[in-house]
Amino acid sequence: MATQTAVNLAGLTRNDYKGAPSTLCQGCGHNSISSQIVAALYELNIVPENVVKFSGIGCSSKSPTYFLNRSFGFNGLHGRMAALATGAMFGDVTLKAIGVSGDGDTASIGMGGFKHMVRRNVPMVYIVENNGVYGLTKGQFSATAEKGLELKRQGRNVFGPVDICMEALASSATFVARSFAGDPKQVKEILKAAFSHNGIAVIDIISPCVTFHNKEDSFHSYTWGKAHESPLHDISYVAPRDEIYIEDYEEGTTQEVTLHDGATLVLKKLEKEYDPCNIYDAYRVIEEAERNHWLLTGIFYIETEAPTLFDSHNLVETPLNRLKPEELRPAAETLDKLMANFAQ
Amino acid sequence: MSQLQPAAVKDGKTAGKKIVNEFCMTFSTINGSGSATANTILLRSLFRMGIPVSGKNIFPSNIQGLPTWYSIRLSKKGYLARVEKDDIVVAMNPATISTELDFMVPGAVLFYADDIKVDLPREDIVAYPMPVRKLIKEAEVQPNLRDYVANMVYVGIVAQMVGIDMNVIYGTLDHHFKGKKKAVDSNWAIIQSAAKWAQENLEKRDRYFVEKMPPLKDVIMVDGNTASALGSIYGGVQFTAWYPITPASSLAETTIEYLPELRTDPATGKATYAVVQAEDELAAIGMAVGAGWAGLRSMTSTSGPGISLMGEYLGLAYYAEVPVVVWDVQRVGPSTGLPTRTAQGDLTQIHFLSHGDTQFVILLPGDAKECFEFGWKAFDIAERLQTPVFILTDLDLGMNTHMVKRFDYPDRPMDRGKVLWEEDIQKLVDEGKAWGRYLDMDGDGIPYRTIPGNRNVHAAYFTRGTGHDEMARYTEDQHSWENGLNRLKKKLEGNKQLYPKPVVEKMAKAKFAIIGYGSTGPAIQEARDLLAEKGIPTDFLRIRSLPFSDDICDMLHAYDRIYVVEMNRDGQMRQLLAMNYSDCGAKLHQVSHTDGMPLSAEWIFNTILALEEEK
Repeated sequence: MATQTAVNLAGLTRNDYKGAPSTLCQGCGHNSISSQIVAALYELNIVPENVVKFSGIGCSSKSPTYFLNRSFGFNGLHGRMAALATGAMFGDVTLKAIGVSGDGDTASIGMGGFKHMVRRNVPMVYIVENNGVYGLTKGQFSATAEKGLELKRQGRNVFGPVDICMEALASSATFVARSFAGDPKQVKEILKAAFSHNGIAVIDIISPCVTFHNKEDSFHSYTWGKAHESPLHDISYVAPRDEIYIEDYEEGTTQEVTLHDGATLVLKKLEKEYDPCNIYDAYRVIEEAERNHWLLTGIFYIETEAPTLFDSHNLVETPLNRLKPEELRPAAETLDKLMANFAQ
Repeated sequence: MSQLQPAAVKDGKTAGKKIVNEFCMTFSTINGSGSATANTILLRSLFRMGIPVSGKNIFPSNIQGLPTWYSIRLSKKGYLARVEKDDIVVAMNPATISTELDFMVPGAVLFYADDIKVDLPREDIVAYPMPVRKLIKEAEVQPNLRDYVANMVYVGIVAQMVGIDMNVIYGTLDHHFKGKKKAVDSNWAIIQSAAKWAQENLEKRDRYFVEKMPPLKDVIMVDGNTASALGSIYGGVQFTAWYPITPASSLAETTIEYLPELRTDPATGKATYAVVQAEDELAAIGMAVGAGWAGLRSMTSTSGPGISLMGEYLGLAYYAEVPVVVWDVQRVGPSTGLPTRTAQGDLTQIHFLSHGDTQFVILLPGDAKECFEFGWKAFDIAERLQTPVFILTDLDLGMNTHMVKRFDYPDRPMDRGKVLWEEDIQKLVDEGKAWGRYLDMDGDGIPYRTIPGNRNVHAAYFTRGTGHDEMARYTEDQHSWENGLNRLKKKLEGNKQLYPKPVVEKMAKAKFAIIGYGSTGPAIQEARDLLAEKGIPTDFLRIRSLPFSDDICDMLHAYDRIYVVEMNRDGQMRQLLAMNYSDCGAKLHQVSHTDGMPLSAEWIFNTILALEEEK
């Protein structure tokens, strides 16, 4: 008997979500993230044609070719993904956007654009594949490299790192999370929650560069991450149609957050209390983690009701790129009226 | 002191000759004092009297305090270019009065606020004091508004002295303040009392008069940026991203002003457009390119410094074949340069913008009417060719008010270019035809594109600035690269019928040709008349687009000498012509000048005459 290939509720197989074979290094954290993007979208039953992919320039930015072949994608300029995606999303606001950037692309050359996109709350899943190093140009320090890091040929990094989650928070982000490519389960759950969020969802994923920056004792390495990752909470994404069922459920140990599309985020408390709807807590834990050199992961902050960029534009229901010429060119009489006024 | 000789006025004939509707008035005020309203009232009143007029604002890069000048040229013959000399000066600014005197013709008139100490070194000037403070005091204006209404004093006095119809002034005032009674009344009271004072106290000793002319037919007064904004709206603009910059800001701002009225869906009250003020020009063009890629009629408007920042994205749009319209309202560069002065210095930068081999399409409107026309046509060209299209205007054309023929409604349906939607793609698939985003299926160099939101499973492709093949796949293959780049050239040079053709104006037995473009047209036309009076008839070719039309080649070969007139140091249009038509290089003569001021007919005439004498 032939094995029946599994399909999701959209009637698609996992294969329908795949991209071209990766040309990144064997073992690169980015490949693991691409796999989780495929898994999350498959499990969310989101049709690839309803997704648009964006990226900037760098190793991370190559990755949108490695998932969702059936989605449109635009690999833009170094550090300029934010603006490109902002403009492009106006074409059809019913599409879901996913952007993949890197620490150089976002935290160095693209910092301004990143923060402004966050400030505008453009609905988009914005992933930063953060490895603390420039890979494509062969191993220079990036702005997220930790102070004191030593790299071959680069010497010692004397500057403190840019914390992408802190920058996002300071720019009024409505969804801020950090994860670790070595924790695929958490990456996937955060991605699902991000796709259910109506607004910018910034996910800073520590994604080790196996070629240029994977020393056992450095913050962005697999070894260090595996040994030191400290999740804020255990995250379960529950789709809108599903009943909430969590193993080992104990009263007072979980927090539920209802997302924009009706899905529920169930956050199971670990060592400490943490309320991701409290921005003060978010600032505090990010700062604590930074000072103590912790790889703290989880959803730091989520604000589900903030208006998005598109809310402020009061756009017609029909996607703008489907409007007909007669809806775009004002009638001749309107010009006559204007001309009469200018003739005064 | 003055290089002008008072002799002329002593000549009884010249002194006595009445000068009607053919002179220039300059209003010298302090920036931020609200003189724009007063100047606009006068300009529009003259226009309503049927007199051809043009207004030019010479203003500083400053909010308040520095000198500013506004010149109104009246010309019954219809000459609308800048003139270098003033017939009438209205001096409200003590700091600049001695400069003003240097530019006044013999027999000129000086109206001056009587609190300015005027030590008049020229006997040939007729001077009239204006009791500005006294009249304002009598009018019981609120102290905080005094400076603003003070300018209405000169409106009243000048109107009285040169003979502007007071009823027309009132009508213009009412139009300007959109019928707001309080504003109309308070300004009108000052104008009336000033006019009355002039009537009772000043004896007319000068030669300048205005007289009503037959109504100007089908003519409007408009600034180029408004024309550009409206052209874009009638072209169906759907997305604008912009960043504030002089002198382009008012283009986007006017778009924002008119869009709600013209482009709101009547049934739902919802918008069929979006405008985003970006955080910088890098983002403005990034957003505009994104929107163009996503199938929107997308544009941005900026000036030279903004273009410098936009270069990288426009190179990507050129190579990835994304339609977008970019307005450059040129100002004086390099660097911050003279941000409130005019120039045509961005031509070569834009034609070859960004790294690698590029050649961008450029449209060059010659007046506000063409700003409107090219505004809507640019979207058709950009979408047909799937490429960025630039429209170059300048500060003079963009920010000053011009008298032009009324705009014509677009004479053809929109051309959205080669776009495949779901059923189109499916049809190709069903017919077994291969579609690739960069595949030249029709042999005209223009591929078919799909747009995000197209839900057909075969529609998507991945857009990138890195090397790609006809199927939009990443490749570093040398043949794919070269073929792709050559196709882009073929696409832009093989479809020249889409670009506005040059306008040719001939005179019998022309001795040579003059080439010009953009805002310099009126000055060149007037200079040609001056040359013709000297017995030197000329032909005129006004270039309206790049890449060059094939007609230009024939034209160049038909003359022994061609003068290329433009507002820049290096003769950029001449450089491009000489490069494209190297066999004509020797007969192309540079007539270029850049000091921030619009070219005058006098300068063009003198320069060409001198070059003719040298030959």
